[in-house]
Amino acid sequence: MLEVQNLSMRFGGLLAVDQVSLDVQEHEIVSIIGPNGAGKTTVFNCMSGFYKPTGGKILFEGREIQGTPDYRISRLGMVRTFQHVRLFNSMTVVENLLVAQHRHLNTNLISGLLRTPNYRAQEQKSLDRAWYWLKRVGLLELANVDAGNLAYGQQRRLEIARCMVTEPKLLMLDEPAAGLNPSETRDLNQLIVSLKEDYNVSVVLIEHDMSLVMDISDRINVINQGRPLASGTPDEIRNNDDVIKAYLGEA
Amino acid sequence: MAAHNLKHALFCAIVTLVIAYPILGFNLTSSGTNIVLEGAKTHTIGLVLLAAVAVFLFQLFRDNITGLLGKAPALNPLANRQPMEQSKRLKLESTLLTLIIVGALFWPFFVSRGSVDLATLVLIYVMLALGLNVVVGLAGLLDLGYVAFYAVGAYTFALLSQYYGVSFWFALPLGALLAALFGLVLGFPVLRLRGDYLAIVTLGFGEIIRILLNNMTNLTGGPNGIGGIPDPTLFGMEFGRRVKEEGNTSFHETFGIAYSSEHKIIFLYLIALVLAVITALVIRRLMRMPVGRAWEALREDEIAARSLGLSRTAVKLSAFTIGAFFAGFAGTVFASKQGFISPESFVFLESAIILAIVVLGGMGSQMGVILAAIAVTILPELAREFSEYRMLIFGAAMVLMMVWRPQGLLPMRRIHIELKAQE
Repeated sequence: MLEVQNLSMRFGGLLAVDQVSLDVQEHEIVSIIGPNGAGKTTVFNCMSGFYKPTGGKILFEGREIQGTPDYRISRLGMVRTFQHVRLFNSMTVVENLLVAQHRHLNTNLISGLLRTPNYRAQEQKSLDRAWYWLKRVGLLELANVDAGNLAYGQQRRLEIARCMVTEPKLLMLDEPAAGLNPSETRDLNQLIVSLKEDYNVSVVLIEHDMSLVMDISDRINVINQGRPLASGTPDEIRNNDDVIKAYLGEA
Repeated sequence: MAAHNLKHALFCAIVTLVIAYPILGFNLTSSGTNIVLEGAKTHTIGLVLLAAVAVFLFQLFRDNITGLLGKAPALNPLANRQPMEQSKRLKLESTLLTLIIVGALFWPFFVSRGSVDLATLVLIYVMLALGLNVVVGLAGLLDLGYVAFYAVGAYTFALLSQYYGVSFWFALPLGALLAALFGLVLGFPVLRLRGDYLAIVTLGFGEIIRILLNNMTNLTGGPNGIGGIPDPTLFGMEFGRRVKEEGNTSFHETFGIAYSSEHKIIFLYLIALVLAVITALVIRRLMRMPVGRAWEALREDEIAARSLGLSRTAVKLSAFTIGAFFAGFAGTVFASKQGFISPESFVFLESAIILAIVVLGGMGSQMGVILAAIAVTILPELAREFSEYRMLIFGAAMVLMMVWRPQGLLPMRRIHIELKAQE
């Protein structure tokens, strides 16, 4: 459903991403790994519309989307999380989820001001959806707490829930396990797999935690210094000499 | 005493001298055709020196003094209480508001004409501040040219009535809509800008509108302004002694009461009150709607908001437009109240005062903004005897507020949407 072809991104004299290609099929978890500074997040930023790539094509469900504004891309059904959690800190947990459903509430100002039954039904629907996802990620008791007061692991889960209430087709997770303890990482592992299995969402994952990556990925792409290094199933990547070299240095 | 304390204190004392001596120590007096510079009396110079010494001593012992102040029992007995539950707070707030509104409805019939007039002005500022609160407090866009939209509202009514004889009631929505349109048009180019840059550009727009009004002499009369703006009518009843327009009747004749110029003032006050209440209610509702949440989300984290499909342009423009809309409302009422407007009424200071009201009241907090609007408008009137020092007092009050209560008089307490337990 997503196809990235020869993507390049140049910042002045720095070629941050050079001819990277990858593709994601429906019902698949694809990981992007690579050493720090390899250009993984830059690829993400191009895919989610934050950067306009300087070369290459990005196709989502057959449509070229490179250079489309970020908010449009997320309306197409490609939603991302961030390396550093970005929540609306002074809003409550449930309000964070309501903001995300902004585009599902196709209400106009007048019907909202008059609180028409239709508006109220819509509002109730989005509250129900928020309730469902809070329950799903185990944050129901904290629904009315300010998001900024949550523990770090809870904030991570809230960020994923916030993506999921928009009912995406493709979820892009940028280092979702960063800063989590092993048991939280295990929970996250299960959550991501269940997103794929139960909600039919494809996932693109950037992650440094190898146990997580090897466990849940269907395919892995390795990037090194902006260039694609290898791609394949977890087993292929584990035994790839180039990858071992890039990660461990040459012996 | 640490050496740097002494140094700092000396420096502060010298600054006091350098500032105070030239201002207070010299007088310009005219002798015949010439102007002569005279030294002040020794009395004044003594006072300046005394002030410098006072500053020196305060700065020298500042740590001790502030330490002592810190030990004093908290002045605010409510400081340590638990925050009230939201449902309780909302109930209390709405009862209080209803009481205040009912009181405000009857109040003008018992007080002097001057107070009612002043209260109308307060209500105009309440409308302006509530509107700006949307832009600055909720959407987090620092707008220093807000007065431009106020001017658009006022001039719409003035020009329409001058050239086409349009009445107040017709001009009211037109003025607000035109101001909103200006908000939309001016909003477009500035939306890419953030923070300081946005502030400077909006400041520029505010000035452009004023200078345009000043220089388009054949349309707006330039600095001479526009006079003879009609008063509002009540179902075709005029409030003047004689009926100006054909087909209208006069208020006092219809009801068979003696003519009094107070009727008109009270009527204007009531219009302003109703409009201010409408403004407050509409914005209160907006805050809890998806668009209100979008404003706050964009203020909190623009990148996250965009990644969730919120269009930055649409959200910011809506805040700009709605803020401008209410400024247009206020402008129309202002034009009608004054009967005469000129670009003089829409200078930058006006923008600054409205912004000061929002900051003083507590960004985003409606009750706070209303309180601050009352304080900022009425205090200068009460302190008429010190009118020379008005701006000085205003400035000092602002500094003290920002030191002691930077979050504003009544800081914003967000109305949360609560998720109730479900089966």
